[in-house]
Amino acid sequence: MCGIVGLLVKKPALRSRLGELMVPMLIGMTERGPDSAGLAVFTEPLAENARKISLYSGMCEEGADFNWLGLGHELKEHLGIDATLASQGNHAILTAAIAPEPVKRWIKERYPKLHILSTGRAIDLYKDIGTPAEVAARYAFSGLAGSHLVGHTRMATESAVTPDRAHPFTAGEDFCLVHNGSLSNPYGVRRMLEPHGIRFETDNDTEAACRFLEWRLREGDDLETALQKGFEALDGFYTFLMGTADKLALIRDPFACKPAVVAETDDYVAIASEFRSLAHLPDIKHATVFEPAPEEMYVWNA
Amino acid sequence: MERMSFDLAQVPLREVNTFLHKDAPSRGALQVVVTNPDGAHNIAVGLDCPVEVEVHGHAGYYAGGMNKTGTVTIFGSAGTGVAENMMSGRVHVKGFASNGAGASMHGGLLVIDGDAGLRCGISLKGGDIVVGGSVGSFSAFMAQAGRMVICGDAGDALGDSLYEAVLYVKGNIKSLGADAQIEPMSEADYATVSELLAASGMQHDPHDFKRVASARSLYHWNADADQEY
Repeated sequence: MCGIVGLLVKKPALRSRLGELMVPMLIGMTERGPDSAGLAVFTEPLAENARKISLYSGMCEEGADFNWLGLGHELKEHLGIDATLASQGNHAILTAAIAPEPVKRWIKERYPKLHILSTGRAIDLYKDIGTPAEVAARYAFSGLAGSHLVGHTRMATESAVTPDRAHPFTAGEDFCLVHNGSLSNPYGVRRMLEPHGIRFETDNDTEAACRFLEWRLREGDDLETALQKGFEALDGFYTFLMGTADKLALIRDPFACKPAVVAETDDYVAIASEFRSLAHLPDIKHATVFEPAPEEMYVWNA
Repeated sequence: MERMSFDLAQVPLREVNTFLHKDAPSRGALQVVVTNPDGAHNIAVGLDCPVEVEVHGHAGYYAGGMNKTGTVTIFGSAGTGVAENMMSGRVHVKGFASNGAGASMHGGLLVIDGDAGLRCGISLKGGDIVVGGSVGSFSAFMAQAGRMVICGDAGDALGDSLYEAVLYVKGNIKSLGADAQIEPMSEADYATVSELLAASGMQHDPHDFKRVASARSLYHWNADADQEY
């Protein structure tokens, strides 16, 4: 199983309520995904030369006691970087005017168990093991603000229950993907991508789809072209929900084996695996509710 | 007729289903109204008395499943497997229905005013399905008996490996499944379509429908066929 939720608010005034509107959606998908949960929220982008990096210390020995302040000092000392670190237990968002790759390399060498969740100008990413309600409370999801988000509740079938195998997965910058289903050719996709210098962090099938699509985008495909190539290259069952800095995109496999339902009003577009997760949304009784068709692309702009 | 209401925002679904199973059979003619279903699964499943159930809102999975003698009307959409394994009675979805609508039905009438998703009427064993809109791919897969009337279009592989169920389609068929073929309509077919449309409250000209049934070439092993797969 697994549950997927997505929310895009159309009116700037609603951006401050994005997290509050989404938390019941995520918790509504607990039965479909009780073992882990996560979400990526897209905020107003930082300046061209700035980046934010979401970090997770739950797999380090220190766990939630990780010395984030110390990390900030070390970045200043070793790389001369003035970074701000907004931390919350085992999670922190590092923000700085930086080229992200050297910083990420340094972090991986100095703290190999510190997990880099995401990089970009707009994306903040959170994911951990636990029920959706526990994870939402751990990171105060209800206070999150932004234009759109992508969330997931996991019932693991293809790889172990660990924080790094929870969804969303990311690759590159300001891109994330969540998956309900199971791919039948993830290793073939990996073997095709690895000679292009693309590295994998887990044995999870979803990571193959995520890195494939991000590779296509990086190679210059627009989102629609990349998704079309995804239909050709990825085999198996999937409903994928993807987020970029300014878009939400949804596709389902040709057999539509995994569910999805969309509700749209003048204020928002909401996506979930089941209507149960949409029922609490404001004015839902007057929303246009539909099931996305298999092998069609649905793209909404933030 | 006695009328009862259950607000699923106030009471758990189990209370509704327990009432329908334990109390409703002794009440005589009875109408039960369910409000705020909010996508809950298994609403009004396994009805075993002539109760009328109205669901006001969107239902989750398996609504009206295993129905026997009940009448269920959903004023909204229905999730996966609406009226699956219905034995008799009637289930009417006023909105759209998700995948596997009427799967493995043995009897009764399933009416869907809007579109139905993929695999509508899969393994149909009897009874009738009338869809006002279109049906998704693999509908009527391995359907053994019963009838389906589709007023819109059909997706890929309609009636794949069909047995003795008969399908009537008004719109376009994207593709027929293995062993399904379009056959001429007889007077009996026109009468059947007319009767099912009338029972479902839909208005179409039966002469606009095509008949799809099994060519029965998969019924027997063909030793002469090219067996290279």
